[in-house]
Amino acid sequence: MKSAVVVFPGSNRERDMLYALELITGVKPHAVWHTERDLPDVDLVVLPGGFSYGDYLRTGAIAARGNIMPAIAKAADRGVRILGVCNGFQILCEAGLLPGVLMRNAGLKFVCRHVKLQVVNAETDFTRKYERGQVWNCPVAHGDGNYFTDTDTLARLEGEGRVALRYAEGTNPNGSLNDIAGILNERGNVFGLMPHPENMIEPLNGATDGRALFESVLEAVA
Amino acid sequence: MIPNVVPVTPELIAEHGLKPDEYQRILDLIGREPTLTELGIFSAMWNEHCSYKSSKKWLRTLPTTGPRVICGPGENAGVVDIGDGQAIIFKMESHNHPSYIEPHEGAATGVGGILRDVFTMGARPVAALNALRFGAPEHPRTRHIVSGVVAGIGGYGNSFGVPTIGGEVNFDPSYNGNCLVNAFAAGLADADKIFYSEAKGVGLPIVYLGSKTGRDGIHGATMASAEFGEGTEEKRPTVQIGDPFSEKLLLEACLELMASGAVIAIQDMGAAGLTCSAVEMGAKGNLGVELDLDKVPCREDGMSAYEMMLSESQERMLMVLDPAREKDAEAIFVKWGLDFAIIGKTTDDLRFRVRRHGDVMADLPIKELGDQAPEYDRPWIATAKPETLSPASAPAPSDVGEALARLIGLPDMCSRRWVWEQYDHLIQGNTAVGPGGDAAVIRVERQKKGLAFSLDVTPRYCAADPVEGGKQAVAECWRNLTAVGAEPLAITDNLNFGNPEKPEIMGQLVGCIQGIGEASRALDFPVVSGNVSLYNETNGKGILPTPTIGGVGLLPDVAQRATIPFKAEGEAIILVGETKGHLGQSIYLRDIAGKSDDKSAPPPVNLAVERRNGDFVRTEIRAGNLTAVHDLSDGGVFVALAEMAIASGIGARVKPETALPLHAWAFGEDQARYLVTMPEKDAESFMARAAQAGVPAARIGVTGGSELTLAGATPISLVELGVAHEGWLPAYMAEGAEL
Repeated sequence: MKSAVVVFPGSNRERDMLYALELITGVKPHAVWHTERDLPDVDLVVLPGGFSYGDYLRTGAIAARGNIMPAIAKAADRGVRILGVCNGFQILCEAGLLPGVLMRNAGLKFVCRHVKLQVVNAETDFTRKYERGQVWNCPVAHGDGNYFTDTDTLARLEGEGRVALRYAEGTNPNGSLNDIAGILNERGNVFGLMPHPENMIEPLNGATDGRALFESVLEAVA
Repeated sequence: MIPNVVPVTPELIAEHGLKPDEYQRILDLIGREPTLTELGIFSAMWNEHCSYKSSKKWLRTLPTTGPRVICGPGENAGVVDIGDGQAIIFKMESHNHPSYIEPHEGAATGVGGILRDVFTMGARPVAALNALRFGAPEHPRTRHIVSGVVAGIGGYGNSFGVPTIGGEVNFDPSYNGNCLVNAFAAGLADADKIFYSEAKGVGLPIVYLGSKTGRDGIHGATMASAEFGEGTEEKRPTVQIGDPFSEKLLLEACLELMASGAVIAIQDMGAAGLTCSAVEMGAKGNLGVELDLDKVPCREDGMSAYEMMLSESQERMLMVLDPAREKDAEAIFVKWGLDFAIIGKTTDDLRFRVRRHGDVMADLPIKELGDQAPEYDRPWIATAKPETLSPASAPAPSDVGEALARLIGLPDMCSRRWVWEQYDHLIQGNTAVGPGGDAAVIRVERQKKGLAFSLDVTPRYCAADPVEGGKQAVAECWRNLTAVGAEPLAITDNLNFGNPEKPEIMGQLVGCIQGIGEASRALDFPVVSGNVSLYNETNGKGILPTPTIGGVGLLPDVAQRATIPFKAEGEAIILVGETKGHLGQSIYLRDIAGKSDDKSAPPPVNLAVERRNGDFVRTEIRAGNLTAVHDLSDGGVFVALAEMAIASGIGARVKPETALPLHAWAFGEDQARYLVTMPEKDAESFMARAAQAGVPAARIGVTGGSELTLAGATPISLVELGVAHEGWLPAYMAEGAEL
């Protein structure tokens, strides 16, 4: 699988993501600087975690208007898989590639801890290597992960199986609506989530539960 | 030279923190009245924070070399060889005064400053830790300061992208008007690609990089070298404002620039900003420096030479560049959206010359400014040696189990989860042991080996006996690194004390440095960097002497590490080291027995025993013989057992064979001890190996169940212990805790 990681000023988990992709796919991913206007020919584009533009204005708001974003929108239209993690999820929402917003955590503090994630839909390109209902461990590290959207959109997301991951067992760290941890776009090729599966891939991390997410994409594009 | 508009009066000199004899020294040195800009420059270079004038004489006594030391004190940070052509670069620095005045920005810029010290030398930061000391919980400002400092540290480190993986948090009334924020950072570099601050070559361009210069932080270093009194809050404008986003860009730009080969010398602008960085680069390289301030990128209009030379605006660097590579260098900085300006050049006349609007605003001898700052041999009085308290004379609690349940939930003993969950401790994906362990451990990126970090000091020990306290801080740090399986390599020290002009305070400083020196020599644990913070006093009352020690250790194989939690039921629990029931200066005596005025001796440190016991435990860990390991410190054996049980959810049944009173056995703080576990079947051979190594070891119990049971005390359920341990800090911060 060929992949690319988009780097914005202030991205800071891009190195974690580059490492995880190389480890799991066996192919070195491209790092794409935000001023580029074209993407390399890849199967997966990742917007990594971090504090693009220092979270100034609103999280993800400035990056969402960067030079590279039209190319990402076009790739999404072509059906290329797009994954946004943490700040990447915030950017995808700000860019309109995913519905809703990520607000300040309900506790008003940055939270770094392990949470439980439940696989609500195991038939997506990003979750097919998990079982439906499976609960896995994953770290979060964010200050703005409180997912919110209007009632109609929420009903559609839930009804269409687009809430792929939910915080489980009372571990919702940020107050997000319906315990939403990760959602898909209508077509199912754009996925955003707040937790960091790229930090849950080796025994050193305590468990390897995050690998299946990347292996799912690997299988989907094969 | 332009004449002074403002006359240099004794008041003005005093406002610059210069003593009359120091001013006379300036007059003798330059043979005329200094300009206002020059007075500011002297004040910046000769204050305690930058010149170490009170401590230098004693700091020279510390061991600073060793087979693994690549660079000791004197540079931005210490450099230590970790094999495979790699080096770890680390330092700890205080940001105490700014953090008290403005907790969020003070702490944030403390983190920013120490990260810059590390990446200035060419290292990518891989770990941050911090040692925090706050006033009594019931003091009206404490909650506000805790909240601001923690959010400030998290806000900066999280955005910058370094894992904050450990540290210390303590409360004591002596910090009521003067909190301590000691920030530690470590970075990885190739051992043959380390960058230094010594300028080389005449006529080379001096380049300004990073954020623009503003009026923030003017006289920050001078402020940090004065005592606090009434009106401290009015000093807020002297606190700098941090921008972790700019710092992250500066990191990436600097590392890219260094890789390009264009950098000859580099120095970050920390305390006393442009002044200190330019003087240090020139003085170290035996070169003069000429600056044209009109070229300096400014955030505000109409800044004077005085303001620009003393500004402590953050996220700025000064470099000497290879002139042939100027264009490449500029392109890198344009890519990262940072300012890049050539603001001067190196000269051969050993003068520090500064121009503004064409006028010479300062023209000073550069060596005397830097290397030849005043140095004092301040009078000191050794702290009287305290008496040792016998175990039998410490009051017993009504029930040792009930005492444990109280101890584990005390402000100084409870879980710090509320703090470290606000720090991203997992970024970079290499965290092997995060906050809450004896030492934090990371994997070296894409390697088998690991690095361990620990910050330690027990200020109440240092107050009672500075020499033993200084030894204990180093020994405790060495032991914490050992307890995860690491070989302790070297330390950085952050010496926080009161006013050195008082002989008793100076005596504490001298005593602690003596103890640190003894311990680091005995344990082959050299001091490679450090920082001194004096005048930590409010209204004439000093803080507890607090020489924080930051240690780094190496694990050849990160998979072969030990952790605190019990691993299985039915395992043997063995206490390594000798238990004498030393309760003097213990947490038990202070907080449970109510002896807050305890003047007895702290536990003595026998460095040979420390080394023998530690080397044995490390060997056992590396051989894979142990399932859990915990160092014993505050609260002694019983607190350590409780922490191992809480962390695992597995209880223990313990029955000591001892002639000591039970509470002295349970809560005594004797040094050089560890608790270890292993499968029952392996216990006998372990005991034999311990005996062979001459290491005292005693089987004290077995893991299992859902309670902690000590023969002779009421059993306590792990649920109850866990609630007590986790409860206090969040409740306190939510303003709901009973004080």
